Amino acid sequence: MKLRSSMLISSLASTAMQFAFAQSATMTIPKTVEAGQGFTVASVGSGNATLFIVGPGQVLKRDVKLGEPADFPAGMLYSAGRYVALLEVGGAAAQTEVFDVLPVKDVANVNFLARPSRLPVGLHDAITGAVYVFDKYHNLIAAPESVSFELAHPGGAVEKRVAQTHDGAAWAAMDSTSQQGADTFTARVGDISSMRVVEQVPGDPCGLKMSAKQSGQLLDLSTDPVRDCSGNAVPDGTIVTFTEVYHGAQSTVDVPIKRGVAEVSMPIHNGATISVASGVVMGNQIGWGK
Amino acid sequence: MLKSLVIMSALLSVASQFGAAQPSVQVEPFTLKGPRVLQDQTRAAVIRDYLQSWKSFRGALDQNSPALLDADFVGSAKDTLTDTIHQQAAVGLRTQYQDRAHDLQIVFYSPEGLSIELTDKVDYDVQVLDHDKVVTTQHVSARYIVVLTPAEVRWRVRVFQAVPE
Repeated sequence: MKLRSSMLISSLASTAMQFAFAQSATMTIPKTVEAGQGFTVASVGSGNATLFIVGPGQVLKRDVKLGEPADFPAGMLYSAGRYVALLEVGGAAAQTEVFDVLPVKDVANVNFLARPSRLPVGLHDAITGAVYVFDKYHNLIAAPESVSFELAHPGGAVEKRVAQTHDGAAWAAMDSTSQQGADTFTARVGDISSMRVVEQVPGDPCGLKMSAKQSGQLLDLSTDPVRDCSGNAVPDGTIVTFTEVYHGAQSTVDVPIKRGVAEVSMPIHNGATISVASGVVMGNQIGWGK
Repeated sequence: MLKSLVIMSALLSVASQFGAAQPSVQVEPFTLKGPRVLQDQTRAAVIRDYLQSWKSFRGALDQNSPALLDADFVGSAKDTLTDTIHQQAAVGLRTQYQDRAHDLQIVFYSPEGLSIELTDKVDYDVQVLDHDKVVTTQHVSARYIVVLTPAEVRWRVRVFQAVPE
């Protein structure tokens, strides 16, 4: 009974001493630390302790001698966020502090989303780009940064926009140019850039026109060279539809453009009306033999 | 013996309270930077999936189980949290995050619809357990910037980072 009591007293005394040590030990940690930079945690007290740095981004554990500075070298704490620093002495928390790790100020990576990768020429605000900016440790840089967006055509034309990031994000909308070709779409922050290719293809046919010529019992129909409204040749393979309406009946023929024009031969019907179209674009009409 | 049981019961009760409380959620009106219209359905889905991601986050860091992140995190957010879990496990720590309140605002919907950014002024308690012994519980208020991207059937967190207010 006596032995048990003395063990209990001894255990309580030990716990009380640990508590007293924990109470007397304190630390001083910077309120903010830049990601990847070294920093020092000063402490007051004597004996050994354990320092924990705990956050969703990282967890570090360090044995420290109280009264001596604990150095955290550059590169050790690099994930931005809010952290809890915990000084543990004898299994009890002596002090807990909250501090921030901030992203590096310099942008190291521009995450660039550009859409679409292919579109017709001559459309307003049809190309969009969005960026998120990160430091070299992949921390999002929340401080405002100026982002330059450039859409460059192989012919030399350049369209520019400048936007400011808010909470690490910025965007811009650009017009597609009037000439077909592979444009480069670049987002740049300082010396860091990210580039995408945007293929600009001819738009819908414009001023679609056909002519007709009799050839025996057939009518040879042929379009003029098919171009969009900016003068770009509509690509071969684009479907052109010829429709002949006669005496309440109708014949329709779909023809792909070959070498810039669409051609077809259709039976002659006196009083027929022949029309041409490509997609939703209507061309001219011809009345035959009226 | 009875006293021990009472103490154990009290401790278990406190522990379960730490893990069970539902956070309060407030959603601020949004003024989007960007041309894309945010539909109500999309907005609701993003908020639902983000709040769900906190459950995964809590479970993963409490149990030191990175697999619990799979459904709700992707990219750098998932990599960072996975590394943190490995670091915790290596030093014998677990952390219990209990979110108490979220104040959410959607701030950016990218024009092509492939990302949504929101901010969350969140209050939470973090309990640090060293070899399963509670060492401290700290209340933290932080402003998080979160970027979510669409996956097959849900939005996943791609960036999850606290910034000073």
